[in-house]
Amino acid sequence: MDVTKLTIKGAIQSLKKKEYSSKELVQGCLDQIKRHDATLHVFLTVDEKTALQNAQEADELLKQDITKPLLGIPIALKDLYTTNNLRTTAGSKIINNYMPTFDATVVTKLKEAGAIIIGKTNEDAWGHGSSGENTDYEATRNPYDVTRVPGGSSSGSAVAVATGMSLAGTGTDTGSSIRLPAAYCNLVGMKPTYGRVSRYGIISMASSFDTIGHMTKTVYDNALLYEITAGCDPKDATSVDVPVPPYTKLLEKDIKGLRIGIPKEYFDLQGMQKEIQEVTQTAMKDLESLGVQFKEISLPHTSYAMACYYILVPSEISSNLSRYDGIRFGHMRNQFGAEAKRRIMLGTYALSVGYYEAFYKKAAQVRTCIKKDFENAFKEVDVMIMPSSPTIPFKIGEKASDPLAMYLSDIFLCPVNIAGIPGLSVPCGFTQQLPVGMQIVGPQFSEERLYSLAGEYEKIHEWYTHIPNIK
Amino acid sequence: MKKIYEPVIGLEVHVELKTNSKMFCGCPADHFGKEPNTQTCPVCLGLPGALPVPNKKAIEWCIKLGLALHCTVPAESKFDRKNYFYPDLPKGYQISQYDKPLCENGWIQINDRKIRIRRVHQEEDTGKLQHIEAEGQQVTLVDFNRSGVPLVEIVTEPDFHTIDEVDQYVKQIRRIIRYLDISNADMEKGSMRLEPSISLRVSGSDELPNYRVELKNINSFRFVRKAIEFEIKRQSEILDLGETIVQQTRGWNESKQVTLPQREKEEAHDYRYFPEPDIPPMRFTNVFVEGIRKQIPELPDAKKSRFMKTYNMNESVADILIQEKELGEYFEKTVRLSQIPPVIIANALVNQSMDIQNVKPEEFINVINKKQQEKQVDTGVVETAIEAVIASNAKAIEDYKKGKVSALMFLIGMVKRELKGKGDATTIEIELKKRLA
Repeated sequence: MDVTKLTIKGAIQSLKKKEYSSKELVQGCLDQIKRHDATLHVFLTVDEKTALQNAQEADELLKQDITKPLLGIPIALKDLYTTNNLRTTAGSKIINNYMPTFDATVVTKLKEAGAIIIGKTNEDAWGHGSSGENTDYEATRNPYDVTRVPGGSSSGSAVAVATGMSLAGTGTDTGSSIRLPAAYCNLVGMKPTYGRVSRYGIISMASSFDTIGHMTKTVYDNALLYEITAGCDPKDATSVDVPVPPYTKLLEKDIKGLRIGIPKEYFDLQGMQKEIQEVTQTAMKDLESLGVQFKEISLPHTSYAMACYYILVPSEISSNLSRYDGIRFGHMRNQFGAEAKRRIMLGTYALSVGYYEAFYKKAAQVRTCIKKDFENAFKEVDVMIMPSSPTIPFKIGEKASDPLAMYLSDIFLCPVNIAGIPGLSVPCGFTQQLPVGMQIVGPQFSEERLYSLAGEYEKIHEWYTHIPNIK
Repeated sequence: MKKIYEPVIGLEVHVELKTNSKMFCGCPADHFGKEPNTQTCPVCLGLPGALPVPNKKAIEWCIKLGLALHCTVPAESKFDRKNYFYPDLPKGYQISQYDKPLCENGWIQINDRKIRIRRVHQEEDTGKLQHIEAEGQQVTLVDFNRSGVPLVEIVTEPDFHTIDEVDQYVKQIRRIIRYLDISNADMEKGSMRLEPSISLRVSGSDELPNYRVELKNINSFRFVRKAIEFEIKRQSEILDLGETIVQQTRGWNESKQVTLPQREKEEAHDYRYFPEPDIPPMRFTNVFVEGIRKQIPELPDAKKSRFMKTYNMNESVADILIQEKELGEYFEKTVRLSQIPPVIIANALVNQSMDIQNVKPEEFINVINKKQQEKQVDTGVVETAIEAVIASNAKAIEDYKKGKVSALMFLIGMVKRELKGKGDATTIEIELKKRLA
């Protein structure tokens, strides 16, 4: 069967109507993996046997008309998600033989909702990267142009969804890692409010920035998964006890009169490609036709964001990666990849006696300023819109030797993590036959607003129907 | 001329709390004598993705201890990461507290001096290394049962000048902890650990020396004394030679009876402390803190004063009765249940090592009553006994008349023997004196 055009919403209906079985659906995805994985390098582990077995069990339940929100739906998990008895590598060679003994909270929730784990996806090792090239394995390719990057760090999960290897792909977003691959692969990618989704069992990159989200083809699919994964977790002290609204039911909410902010610092940015400007402006016109209002706003500390990010995040990384000492599991530390080593050194330096005040502490103060910027702006507007990336997906190897240029591809995305607010990347068109994404940002816990705006916009073009033609 | 030195000593005390569960996970905190690695989970093993969730009870107990030590409890506190590598530390960092401890600026009274307490903070214990021989090879094994057990650290200012003060302080701290019922504070089992730091200054100076020597790995009161004594001697010998003392960490070596260097200042760790991002900062309301203060029972010093005042007890007896909370409580229960004068009960408790776990106060009252009755004998019998003793101890009587006090004691003893242990010593003394006057 052809799985490439499927959405979760459509598949759930078809499964209920018995148009096909979950086993056929899972087999369709597995076939797609077999067809393209050698070219695209999407999966690090495929759990074929268990997936088919679980599909069969799902089919039994479907026969009895038992309903679960994701019953029989194949999904792919980024390899930072700890999975009981299923190899978890973090995209790194250091723990290429690590077999966890427990499931991440989100994995438990997805399994309970009836989802079928098809496998673990490739990524920049430990989540360090924006292109997928920092994997310790083979770099994942963009299905719209295999000479280009798919965006990272959740590279494999994005490509899995874009190519029908799974119907949803989970990710983590510390600076851009869900929204950038979503933008580069024509997907909807949610970076939640910090603390909205449990981090328990997700291998930490930078604990105070890490958020746990996912990529899907449509806004509805995205909201559906979010209803399942969001919520307070007693095992994660930083998760927040705020009730989870029924996101899918709130999609049809009227967006007329919604005030949308355009941060002038972002659109003035040097290095933004003209085509990106144009596609974004067209999307804004479309939005205007839906009755929203635009307003220019200012985020004055924007120019300090990347510096702030690249001090605080490596600081936390240097500490979070110290448990990989090769004593109880995994390999010796000299096997860390170049980017992990770079960040361990940066962070160790920033936290050292004599440097802490000048680096870590200063950056923590800047973080507060950036948070305030957003808080002030959200007094005037309901959401903000900006491109997800200043450029189209770049060529494999183009920025690999220039870490600074690579860091700057996240310029519109990192500030959102610094502020701990939600950001949703939605497809907004194509240029040179490559997808372009638009980011919608809102205040803390405003995800339903982001979804309803994105949902209304999606109806205009249905960009998700433009599936890649893998060459 | 040889200079006279004065020791300047500060103390860090680590105490394992006896909460049901560990500091950041649900594993049992009681690890003593358990099969290695049977009380672990992803959190205390530091497995990828596992996250710490603070134990509320442990934090309450830490605050309780801080309040008992007259500390203030700031409205805001937080955990920090102390980064260092050691095989018993599975995460590569210890969750501890750096610049915002739960409690600060307390004190404790030792004799007529106040020892200032700089801070009382909450952290987690590490695993334990075992160096053993297995299959003909020297190997090191790690037991993570202790990893993540709640640990409270009490840090004093360098306010001690004698070993006795240190000794009294440690015992007083242990008593308070046991009264609060938050730890067994048992040094032999490692649930209480001491780290003194010692330096010397010329007597009469009140400046702090510009170095200090930290002592680690001391697991008994006896060793603390010996280690400090050794250090004072070692340091004064170096100073006498006009040399300077290296700032370093030393350990007590019991078999050699010396302290040996472990780490020099140059090799000192840079722990790269930073706020623990997995745990939100804590805020405490006044109501919360005062609620904890209300739970603090009467502490040893207060109990001692009250016993002396209420029961007209002398200090040495009161001192013994307050050593263990249970003993004091047993005493007061016995007083409530009987008509016997409290002083007699107190003396009986102190002089006979009563098994208070197994003998109920009611039974104890019977024992005292019986003893009292047994002691009662006819005045006639006492007089006869006195006559017999006088008849056969001419030498002692002569000595007594010359003013030898011990002779009287001897004669009382002889009369008691004649009475086969019966009779009251005070009565016998009065009668004897009358007879010999």
